[in-house]
Amino acid sequence: MTKLVLHGRKVVGGCAEGEALVTRDRISGWGGIDPRTGIIIETRHELHGRSFKGKVLVFPGAKGSSGWSSQFHIARLAGTAPAAMLFNEMTTKIALGAVVTHAPAVTDFDQDPLQVIETGDWVRVDADAGVVEVTKRQS
Amino acid sequence: MVRLADDELAMLDGTEGPARQKAMELLLRYAEALGAERFVATRNVCGTMGMTMPFLRDYAAKHGSGIEALFSEFCLDSAQALDIPKVKIYSCHLQQGLDPERPAQQYLGPEAVKVYRDGEVFFSRLGVNLLNTCAPYLVGNVPVKGEHCAWMESSAVIYINSVLGARTNAEGRESAGAAMLTGKIPYWGYHIDEDRRGTHLIELDVDVTDTADWGLLGYWIGEAVQESVPVLTGVRQVPNLARLKHFGAAASSSGGVEMYHIVGITPEARSVEEAFAGNTPRATLRYGAAERQLAYERVNTTGRDRAVDYVMLGCPHYSSEQIWEVCQLLEGQRIHQNCSLWIFTARAIKQLADRNGFTKSIEDAGGFLMTDTCSSVGRVVPRGAKVAAVDSAKQAHYLPAIMGVQAWFGTTAECVQAAITGRWQGALR
Repeated sequence: MTKLVLHGRKVVGGCAEGEALVTRDRISGWGGIDPRTGIIIETRHELHGRSFKGKVLVFPGAKGSSGWSSQFHIARLAGTAPAAMLFNEMTTKIALGAVVTHAPAVTDFDQDPLQVIETGDWVRVDADAGVVEVTKRQS
Repeated sequence: MVRLADDELAMLDGTEGPARQKAMELLLRYAEALGAERFVATRNVCGTMGMTMPFLRDYAAKHGSGIEALFSEFCLDSAQALDIPKVKIYSCHLQQGLDPERPAQQYLGPEAVKVYRDGEVFFSRLGVNLLNTCAPYLVGNVPVKGEHCAWMESSAVIYINSVLGARTNAEGRESAGAAMLTGKIPYWGYHIDEDRRGTHLIELDVDVTDTADWGLLGYWIGEAVQESVPVLTGVRQVPNLARLKHFGAAASSSGGVEMYHIVGITPEARSVEEAFAGNTPRATLRYGAAERQLAYERVNTTGRDRAVDYVMLGCPHYSSEQIWEVCQLLEGQRIHQNCSLWIFTARAIKQLADRNGFTKSIEDAGGFLMTDTCSSVGRVVPRGAKVAAVDSAKQAHYLPAIMGVQAWFGTTAECVQAAITGRWQGALR
């Protein structure tokens, strides 16, 4: 089993693990997700129709409406939020969104998570230590 | 590490009560997440603090929570219900989830209107200005160059940063709520000179004229530069408020643009050099006929059927100039029997339209001038509507995803024509 470890900066502390869901498209919160289901609804999004519920969401960053945090906040209360968030581009939308989602979140990695993590890999996140351990999916 | 000033520490210690303490705690977690080093004082907040949005109405109904508990959860990230004190600084409410004057038209019962009215009482008591619009700069909240603000609403954020030279990041419901109570916001991003500098040069090869054209340009730029700071050159016709409103709204929907410069027009870009202020452009992009065509195709992704049953205007909320323009286009005409025309604006603008006779002109033609919300925020379209026509690239981007309708995007004139004929005859010209 191939394992690799990424190091980054804590955005929101805590530990979580789950299956990776990876996208190269930035994610809109309001108007981009349905927080009642965790499903991505943006028309031309690469993950259109997929749910991030319980996944380790790996994505470039946030875009679109300032309702980003409130939609992920509602997703947390609805039990549909991601288990953890790993991303590259810091914005106020994603920082606040991660804070109110209460899920571990990490950024500023030593390797690009979009390059080395694939959908289906098993990912353990220790956000306080800034350590992300990836077990590659058996292919 | 976030450095805290004495007044911030005092709030954090609870000397100003539990709500301001929770607010400061949230702001501190947020600042740490950003990697900010300190806070900046703000005296101007715009947020959506009310509970009238459909998901929040549902949550409130299901949990039977009082408004203070809802505010504590959704605006301060506190599961514990707190007594909410008056706001500390000038605070405005952005759009709401419904137009309280027309519940039947939005298929709403009295309980939804009660949420709205209870919110009015609650927020008025706190001292919040209920502007109830996504475009506060249309109705008197016009920040000054350099003014540190804490605003939500991506289309308003990009407008006041870029056109007015004010300083704000795209805040969220919780950070705006916390800023209202504390007068603080992280000093990060667009509050800082260096982060306002241009990153991408955009050279225009085509003339950009009406609001639809500016919307297309914004839609293309947002997708091309995402959350960066584009610098536009080659704009030969000075745009007006409505055009830049549509441009910014589009760029912050297809992408995450919160700041741009137009050389010779916007206040921090008297020259290309000033706009970049020492930054080397990461890329130079050209916007010509091919890019314009591509943006048009992308924004019209969902349009298929030519029979239009809904025309929605007012995203972002229409200015009085735009309402006047629609009245001219409607003069002597009737809306088609199979089509509805809903136009959204701020309540204060509607009062002006009432006085000017614009509201009557629209209603005489069979349309409606509505306030406070829009179809995407309120999640409401005329019953059975399947194909919408809009003059906003932002609305064309969101409405199909949110309401499952098709959307045609075109000029205001093409949309009004669709309302009159019930057919979409728009094309890129």
